[in-house]
Amino acid sequence: MSEQPSQGSAGYGPDSSTRARATEYWRRNIRYVGMLLVVWFVVSYGFGIIAVEPLDTVTVPGTGFPLGFWFAQQGAIYVFVALIFVYVFLMNRLDREFDLQEEDDV
Amino acid sequence: MSVQSWTFVLVAASFTLYIGIAIWSRATSTKDFYIAGAGVSPLANGMATAADWMSAASFISMAGLISFMGYDGAVYLMGWTGGYVLLALLLAPYLRKFGAFTVPDFVGDRYYSQTARIVAVVCAIFISFTYVAGQMRGVGVVFSRFLEVDVETGVYIGMAIVFFYAVLGGMKGITYTQVAQYCVLIFAYLVPAIFLSLLITGNPVPQLGFGDVDQASGISLLERLNGLHQELGFSEYTSGTKSRLDVFFITAALMVGTAGLPHVIIRFYTVPRVRDARLSVGWALVFIALLYTTAPAVAVFARTNLINSVSEVPYAQVPEWFTTWEGTGLLSFEDLNGDGRIQFVGPDASTANELTVDPDIIVLANPEIAGLPNWVIGLVAAGGLAAALSTAAGLLLVVSSAVSHDLLKRSIMPEITERGELVAARISAGAAVLVAGYLGINPPGFVAQVVAFAFGLAAASFFPVIILGIFSKRTTREGAILGMVSGITLTAAYIAYFTLIHPELNNADNWWFGISPQGIGTVGMLLNFAITLTVSQFTPEPPPEVQQLVEMIRVPKGAGAVHEISA
Repeated sequence: MSEQPSQGSAGYGPDSSTRARATEYWRRNIRYVGMLLVVWFVVSYGFGIIAVEPLDTVTVPGTGFPLGFWFAQQGAIYVFVALIFVYVFLMNRLDREFDLQEEDDV
Repeated sequence: MSVQSWTFVLVAASFTLYIGIAIWSRATSTKDFYIAGAGVSPLANGMATAADWMSAASFISMAGLISFMGYDGAVYLMGWTGGYVLLALLLAPYLRKFGAFTVPDFVGDRYYSQTARIVAVVCAIFISFTYVAGQMRGVGVVFSRFLEVDVETGVYIGMAIVFFYAVLGGMKGITYTQVAQYCVLIFAYLVPAIFLSLLITGNPVPQLGFGDVDQASGISLLERLNGLHQELGFSEYTSGTKSRLDVFFITAALMVGTAGLPHVIIRFYTVPRVRDARLSVGWALVFIALLYTTAPAVAVFARTNLINSVSEVPYAQVPEWFTTWEGTGLLSFEDLNGDGRIQFVGPDASTANELTVDPDIIVLANPEIAGLPNWVIGLVAAGGLAAALSTAAGLLLVVSSAVSHDLLKRSIMPEITERGELVAARISAGAAVLVAGYLGINPPGFVAQVVAFAFGLAAASFFPVIILGIFSKRTTREGAILGMVSGITLTAAYIAYFTLIHPELNNADNWWFGISPQGIGTVGMLLNFAITLTVSQFTPEPPPEVQQLVEMIRVPKGAGAVHEISA
């Protein structure tokens, strides 16, 4: 890391109150990530694989898709896209709340 | 115009476009060459990532595989998209904040160890070369089928194009060429899919069409296909045949492998800010999902069309496309019962199957099977080339930067000048193109198996070490090295045992808990996590400056500043 003077340039001073804020920021981030990964797991591994047989007894209304099959080949992918945009929204809000957002004129 | 003239015109036009972009976006510094000056907009980077990620396998092979696997094809659909959620939530923003040029850069600095850096360099080069050989081969196949040149000549033409824009433009040239290649490939994928959807169901949206009513029979298309499968002795299309556990492990290995592939990870170094990195993963998945949600629809249309156009048809009256593809050896018919008709049946049927179809021809032959206009067929050829070339270029850049940056600049000759490093980067990119071309012309007999290696290795090596490097300050150098080495060794040994040493034993009875070699990367990843965490508890904690580095990458503020100086 010798030519990258990145250590210590975390946007925080050394005093304890800003350190506590950094810890709180990280805790909130971990909570968002955890919640979103639960959804990620449930729609793909849960609905698309583990519970696919019971779900297949139901047909998506107005179509010929068995529900489990639809989650495995379509639905999970749509949810994945939505999850990333939700994370982007939550984190941009969190960055502003903790005054950690980046400058606009990069 | 004939299919061949259309193909020639469309391929030549797209190649001219790529070369024009390469000349316009020449690289002038190492920062340009490795990470496109970190000035790519999130939307453009998303598109470039999509083209980078979607290879000949996604474009040419995937829908065909799904059409033969039915429900089980979900392993590719979920496996190759779900990894982007992991990238967005667990990797991309932090690696962007770290602000390096390559993946071994991060591993070497975070684990304060040259050994870790070198292990990472070896993994990155091995993963990239196994992958790239398949891409060059794909280029050769498309050329030989549609332009009637030798596979070798096709590979040479492909090499010349990639050489031109990768060596000249580095990441900058590659990025903007990939944006153009994405547009070509997605247009080429969607046009035939929309045509087919309209023809079969009357619904112009393929994603909805394959759940719609089949106009020929008046019942739901999936129900109709399940019925055909039952009649012909195949297992039900919407149910599949793999064990649930194996589907679970393969999906996980592909997801985690995606998030650990170096050519995907470095794309998120190219945007200006941390929040752009997050957003850019979102855009990448939008562009990927456009193709990945269309693929299962194409699979269903192709399967139905294939059965309808060959089943019980007298061999003397087969359509023209049948004869053309027979010539390539990828489609073959043997009249076992001597009735002169084609029996295309599954394992549960009373008669023997007489038709062998290579899944790789489905996407390429689809427009011909459905009788679509000639220009659509030419378009598919141009799209397949765009997919193969864009991925090849991204992979070659990983090899080139691993050599010129990680090996030369960071390990062997740290005093090398900026100019010297840029020259070294160009030379190694050129050399990598030559090696890739050689592998494309003389592919090792086990290309398909080594591609499985690439995912297994990425899942079992990089992914756990990068995640823990960010989320656990206590992870030590010793833990990371032992974790990477044991994860790779287990995965490589299991795959090698079943695909190279004892291919005859490669079936569910001999696998551990029924996990196929494709899914073993998940086990390797879990082993890597377990060993890294355990060893880290018993070794001295990382030095304070490394712990500060971890705290620094966890907050977005200051990413721009780091870059100003590190460049």
